[in-house]
Amino acid sequence: MPTPPDGPSALGSPARRSEGHAKVTGAARYAAEHTPPDCAYAWPVPATIVRGRVTSVDIAAATAAPGVIGVLTPYDAPRLGTADDPTLHLLQDLSVPHRGWYVALAVADTPEGARAAAARVRVTYETDPHDVTLSADHPGVYTPAEANGGHPAHRRQGDPDAAFAAAPVRIDRAYAVPPLHNHPMEPHSATAAWDAERHHLTVHDSSQGAGAVRAALAALLNLAEEDITVVSEHVGGGFGSKGTPRPHVVLAAMASRHYGRPVKLALPRAHLPATVGHRAPTLHRIRLGARTDGTLTSLTHEVTTHTSRVREFVEQAAVPARIMYAVPDMRTTHRVVALDVPTPSWMRAPGEAPGMYALESAMDELADALGVDPIELRIRNEPRTEPDSGHPFSSRHLVECLREGAERFGWARCREPRRDGPYLIGSGVAAATYPVLVMPSTARAHARSDGRYLVEVNATDIGTGARTVLAQVAADALRVPLDRVTVAIGHTGLPAAPLAGGSSGTASWGWAVHDACTALTARLERHHGALPPGGLTASADTTQSAKQKSPYSRHAFGAHFAEVRVDTITGEVRVRRMLGVFAAGRILNPLTARSQFTGGMVMGIGMALTEHSTMDPQFGDFTESDLAAYHVPAHADVPAIEAHWIDEHDKHLNPMGSKGIGEIGIVGTAAAVANAFHHATGCRLRELPLTPDRVLAALGSAGP
Amino acid sequence: MEPFAYVRATSIQEATEAYASHPGARYIGGGTNLVDLMKHGVETPATLIDLTRLPLHDFQELPTGGLRVGACVSNTDLAVHPLVRTRYPVLSQALLAGASGQLRNVATVGGNLLQRTRCPYFQDVSKPCNKRQPGAGCAARDGLHRDHAVLGHSAHCIATHPSDMAVALAALDAEIELHDGEHGTRRVAAADFHRLPGDHPDQDTVIRPGEIVTAVLLPPLAPGAVSLYRKARDRASYAFALASVAAVLRLDDRRVRHVALAFGGLAHRPWRAATAEEHLTGAVPTDDAVGEAVDAELAAARPLRDNAFKVDLARNLARDVLATLARSAPGGAAPTGRRP
Amino acid sequence: MVARARAPQHPQQAGPRAGEGPVRSRVALRVNGRTYALDLDNRVTLLDALRELLDLTGSKKGCDHGQCGACTVLVDGRRANSCLLLAVTLDASEITTVEGLAASDGALSPLQEAFLEYDAFQCGYCTPGQLCSAVGMLREAAAGHPSCVTDAATAADTAHPAALTPEEIAERLSGNLCRCGAYNAITRAVAACAATEAPDQAPRRPRT
Repeated sequence: MPTPPDGPSALGSPARRSEGHAKVTGAARYAAEHTPPDCAYAWPVPATIVRGRVTSVDIAAATAAPGVIGVLTPYDAPRLGTADDPTLHLLQDLSVPHRGWYVALAVADTPEGARAAAARVRVTYETDPHDVTLSADHPGVYTPAEANGGHPAHRRQGDPDAAFAAAPVRIDRAYAVPPLHNHPMEPHSATAAWDAERHHLTVHDSSQGAGAVRAALAALLNLAEEDITVVSEHVGGGFGSKGTPRPHVVLAAMASRHYGRPVKLALPRAHLPATVGHRAPTLHRIRLGARTDGTLTSLTHEVTTHTSRVREFVEQAAVPARIMYAVPDMRTTHRVVALDVPTPSWMRAPGEAPGMYALESAMDELADALGVDPIELRIRNEPRTEPDSGHPFSSRHLVECLREGAERFGWARCREPRRDGPYLIGSGVAAATYPVLVMPSTARAHARSDGRYLVEVNATDIGTGARTVLAQVAADALRVPLDRVTVAIGHTGLPAAPLAGGSSGTASWGWAVHDACTALTARLERHHGALPPGGLTASADTTQSAKQKSPYSRHAFGAHFAEVRVDTITGEVRVRRMLGVFAAGRILNPLTARSQFTGGMVMGIGMALTEHSTMDPQFGDFTESDLAAYHVPAHADVPAIEAHWIDEHDKHLNPMGSKGIGEIGIVGTAAAVANAFHHATGCRLRELPLTPDRVLAALGSAGP
Repeated sequence: MEPFAYVRATSIQEATEAYASHPGARYIGGGTNLVDLMKHGVETPATLIDLTRLPLHDFQELPTGGLRVGACVSNTDLAVHPLVRTRYPVLSQALLAGASGQLRNVATVGGNLLQRTRCPYFQDVSKPCNKRQPGAGCAARDGLHRDHAVLGHSAHCIATHPSDMAVALAALDAEIELHDGEHGTRRVAAADFHRLPGDHPDQDTVIRPGEIVTAVLLPPLAPGAVSLYRKARDRASYAFALASVAAVLRLDDRRVRHVALAFGGLAHRPWRAATAEEHLTGAVPTDDAVGEAVDAELAAARPLRDNAFKVDLARNLARDVLATLARSAPGGAAPTGRRP
Repeated sequence: MVARARAPQHPQQAGPRAGEGPVRSRVALRVNGRTYALDLDNRVTLLDALRELLDLTGSKKGCDHGQCGACTVLVDGRRANSCLLLAVTLDASEITTVEGLAASDGALSPLQEAFLEYDAFQCGYCTPGQLCSAVGMLREAAAGHPSCVTDAATAADTAHPAALTPEEIAERLSGNLCRCGAYNAITRAVAACAATEAPDQAPRRPRT
């Protein structure tokens, strides 16, 4: 029975991950780790031209090999229903919109057989001229209706050009962020099993949201949603790239239904850059005008990016400038050009990560030009209300983050760059922000007659610790110890819930869990005597409350500090230490929250220093397509990182008082590192990442 | 990957005979590169002949004071062998700077020498590559080639050899022992084992069809010789070299009695810097003298559109390594104690 | 533990080319103390044998090319990328996977416990590889192996192993990528066990 309300709170306690034991023993099964009897294996065939049409697919050699079940081609693949997302309209026509677009699917009894069969498929093409190279003055550049996330592409207040012209101190700089790849450790995978007798499709998918996958499969396969079960019990990371259904799950389901056998499809790593989305490259032009005391008078952030010819996706990189600083005259603009490139998509902090790299680099340049401490410059331009909307902030503690970070980092003591033999050492700071998002969710809470509780919600734990935190939310709402709560997630048979994305999962699911558990608690209080054998259940649906428009501007904020060491002999830049302080509402689980913040900063180190992807102008693919060439940070790249947070109470968020924490960790990292590089060397590199080739060129070839 | 037959050889003779009787056969050691390339479809052996059970796992101290290393010794075992750590630190350092602990445990000495380039166009069978398919053309020359060669490349190929170990072996004047069924063994200087691409970029080395690398022979280093390896890369670990330097130096009365300098990451083979060595031999290795010698060597560099930085990087690395060795070598200036 | 060795549904010879030997082999795989008699396509990697044939799915496929370390297992006590090992070559080898790290009574090893305590993972997909790699790495360190970041004097001193500083641990585990960025916590978890792990429990592969 419920403990008194003054019992210890589960929320705020460093509860260990509830699935931890399964993960450290290898018992946790991911999407490709279910092998139903008679399971077949599929291997997709990517197009090897950049743009054109398939003119023939010769499958004779492939199907002649023993153990090959068949090869689906655009000529004979089952017809799909309408897809909202045209990247899922697979094998439906002969056009090739970019290199790597799937043009066939080989299916065989074994993984080896499927791979070999795919290699034996011979495709001929008719090729058209292609264009894959982004430039700010590309003739095809246009201003879209919206940037990703429904943000207006263009916003203007006042007359930023006149204000800029009149400003005594001006910064006018261009910055560039290359394409970046999510590369979760688990490649996109699905095991699909069509049961013709039951007319039911069961899919284990590596996805950030099983519900969206089911909806897409239903539309594409012309099935009712109740004819489909999608399970995403354990997911090996996503970082946005599993936020929507991806081609692998459609192909697996299509093949299973077509061949009447379960089909497993795990994408080869090298296919990921072309098929699961990438962070589009962004070219930034920033103009800052300021008075000599550092007060900003004009801000213009113009972003040019690319999208594919398949679907428009516009990285919303100019959006964070709309909320950061008090500037009366401001323009933020997105422009995009559709190229013959793979379709970009979400990657951790879309918009904020590249946008804040540019904006916070420019702020550092302005501080430099003014001779003002960069922290002081930001504090001087702290807005009272959100500059774009004029709405009050529900809470905004950026200044506190900067001050606490400065104190903890020892900012005052490292204002002088140092030289240590061949090494140059410097420090940098940058601010971070990420919006508070919440989506409607449902949940169900069940009190069992044995005194235990089961909470059900189709949430997804992609490594965030959602399972654990939702149990903590439930325990507090039920006023019971944490160990009496079991949480079931990752299954479309559970109450509907939104995807794990936009740092909104805990808020969205947690709200519904809180409401369901609160309702159950009320039912239990009204109930007298022993529980019926079936227990008691309560459900919740937050559609009303979550959709209610807030009169507040709601964002998390943070401050990043980095100290870097530049080797003047090799041009190698390494982060020596890094620290982040965040104001993100109530921190629900300090153990998993620290991992989230720190993990974001690690990805930011990669963005700053090592992650480099290049669109090959000749072949139209990303040259760095595997994990040997695309350098995600390794253990040795990552120093001791500190993550701290300030105690933020914000009652305008959700019942838990939390803001999302999955993305803000990456946001200010690249700028902090790049600013530290400038501090160390006196050189400003305005294109990421800071690799030895660029660093040596910047330092001059003289060497040490 | 197409099906293949598998033969496990237990003697060199058995291996070479199997090779002769199985058309399209390939030898496999640790397989860390070969299996990788088979998955890419770059290598398509009809038969794999497994050499890991051959009696080539031994270290043998030679009467000359040198060391004979069996070709099946793992990269780890070579790197951590006490004699290697004490006598040939450049070799231990080069090995430990390469790949990862897991890969070093499996990769063999012979396999390390025979690994193929990591040129992305070579690894992608949908793109032209003269190394993979002579006459197909080189996609890298006009493509993305930041990581490619600046020395000794040809119109047909600009690939680099990826090994760290081979760079150290070149500087150590090691020899590669080869064995074929018919003629017995022969030895090739490590510095000559890998080829420049010229008109035949498909041939990485001078090994003949059917030959097996059986050993690496490390000659004794004269007393007082010091050695060092240094590598620059895009990430702090687990990445191929953008450029690397292996050097051996011996001073006598402050003058260079012996110097061996080899570059990695710059060419189709470890680049033994004969010109620089010639400049330095007999000279006092001042910063200026070292700089001039290295510049003389790198004057031969022909960087491509995107990789001119490699020349600067190689120059910086070589100057730093030689200066560090000059400070630590007996018979030189007072040691400063600064660690590389 | 009952091992579910899945018989291939359609066992057939996968197209041998003329004049060559069979493309399948009989292999006795020793995994976690148990012997599995398998009739294998020579192309099957150890990783695919574990995951698809033996239903030991703890070892993960992250890249299938030795570029991420998620597939790391112990082969004769030494860590190795199972994605690059052909199962047919491993007859007579002793293989330990993440499923074999806990005691037979299910008690977690100190490293597994430490990973839980320090929250040394998020999505968990690299975790089995990190654990197996750490076990192998600690054995290497105890055996005195230097690393790329060991200073020259210590590396040359074959009598005294390098101390496992955070920098040493990070370098030695760099063959295991973690995209969630749990590196700090992994280093702390491994450091906590560095002093207590038994140095060498598994036999090394005999050298002939």
